[in-house]
Amino acid sequence: MTDSAAIEIRGRPLILGEGRGPLLRLTHPISFWGGVEPTTGRIVDPRHPEFEFSITGTVLAIPAAVGSSSSSAIMLELLREGTAPAAILMGKADAILALGGVVGREIGYEPIPIVEVTPGDLDRLPDGAGVSVHADGRVTVD
Amino acid sequence: MAMRVVTAAAELLGAESLVEVSSAHIDGCLHHGDGGVEFAEALVEGGGRVVVPTTLNVGALDLLHPDVVRADAHKTDMARRQMEAYVAMGAQPTFTCAPYQVGHEPGVGEQVAWGESNAIAFVNSVLGARTERYGDFLDACCALTGRAPLHGLHLAENRTATVVIDATAVPEALKSRDVFYPVLGTWLGLQIGQEIPVIKGLPPTTTRDQLKALGAAAASSGAVALFHVAGVTPEAPTVEAAIGLGSRVPPTSPPGWESRQLRSLPRTVLLDSGSVRSALRRLSTAGGSDRIDAVALGSPHFSTREFRALHRCLRGRSLGVPFYVCTARDTLADVEAAGIADELRSSGVEIVADTCVVVTPILPARNGVLMTNSGKFAHYGPSNTGYDVLYGSLEDCVESAITGDVVRSQEVWAW
Repeated sequence: MTDSAAIEIRGRPLILGEGRGPLLRLTHPISFWGGVEPTTGRIVDPRHPEFEFSITGTVLAIPAAVGSSSSSAIMLELLREGTAPAAILMGKADAILALGGVVGREIGYEPIPIVEVTPGDLDRLPDGAGVSVHADGRVTVD
Repeated sequence: MAMRVVTAAAELLGAESLVEVSSAHIDGCLHHGDGGVEFAEALVEGGGRVVVPTTLNVGALDLLHPDVVRADAHKTDMARRQMEAYVAMGAQPTFTCAPYQVGHEPGVGEQVAWGESNAIAFVNSVLGARTERYGDFLDACCALTGRAPLHGLHLAENRTATVVIDATAVPEALKSRDVFYPVLGTWLGLQIGQEIPVIKGLPPTTTRDQLKALGAAAASSGAVALFHVAGVTPEAPTVEAAIGLGSRVPPTSPPGWESRQLRSLPRTVLLDSGSVRSALRRLSTAGGSDRIDAVALGSPHFSTREFRALHRCLRGRSLGVPFYVCTARDTLADVEAAGIADELRSSGVEIVADTCVVVTPILPARNGVLMTNSGKFAHYGPSNTGYDVLYGSLEDCVESAITGDVVRSQEVWAW
């Protein structure tokens, strides 16, 4: 058994920031537009395996983002409503989701870090563990 | 602020430089929440003005007929502020998903920054201008700076076809009908996702409305941003040109050249009757229904030519179910001037401008079966409106709407 507290991953920060929370691992790619309700932070796509989970305050691990380019608008609304995750880790960098973070930062919403992490590194993080994302792109288990 | 967003996007996309664009189409007028309003108003307060000719996509309201949309006072107010903010930045208040029908037509090879999936497919494919798939915020920032990240479909080398679609087996009678094209587009999007196809075997007489319907459906079921049609679209005088062979074929082939080239040829997918039938079935979630509760046409927005076809079909008869046609205010002005709009209204047609029935609440709140001739409405209708959908031709939609009993001509699909 590995000592999970010793896990430290280095990712590529897309949006700089710091955040910590319980890890929520999505097992399937997601489109935020049509997939996440910004006023509640819940996953509303009934075809998604994590349907009805709340992403608010989590360190959200997403294998990939798919779908509508309006997902940047949903990302922005999550930041505005205070329903956003504490941080997002992406197995594959996605400009559309990150753009919502860029715009949020521009208009003064509390930013959250968005970090690209290799799928292999994402797998190393234990489900439900408390995870911290640091400003330099490091990801550690609390 | 706009330039910071464009350069941040360029970094995220891995683009090494920016490209000057000559026009923009902004898909940021639709209200998803109040953050979008605050962003647009922050740009206005910062003195933001578009520096290239810019058109606007649909909003969440019909500003010409305010009673059409059922939304609460707060949402109505915020949706209006969002639309007005972009007009204040100097964008033209076109409020249409089909800016190419109201005089916004960039030329072949022109670099542009367009949002809205069907408009992106049309401007790339049918007009031959070059845009990537831009979405909320970035399209507006490109309009304000006149620049876009230089990547993807802005670059000629990324525009060649990667798959050949062979439609030569499809009967000519079917290929001449408008009702074929949303079905073809739906199949195409599912089949190829984000790839760039060249379709061979479509008639040189394929109309702009047919290409519009094809692209809109392919950009709904898949993420098609560019398609070529051999002998029809500007970058595909031939299949060989579209797959990038034309210019690279040496006049006399050196030894071994053929086999080397053959390995790099894109694969060919044959369009057969089974594929067409399964795409046709997929467009209806209420395939077995014999009654309809409403009809919606005009996604993408109805053209003047389509209004004339509807007028010919309807022949002044009265409709028995709610019947919506979505269009641009500029197109509406044309059909008003031609005297068609009033005749359609007296038959019971409700003409919706500036918005459409799948992005904002317009349909009667009771759910039921919605009939449409649009592949895009058929795709988004069930999730966005709660209605089941039934796909048919324009003629089917009109005949069914007279009494509410479904009339669908099947013989055109016999193949």
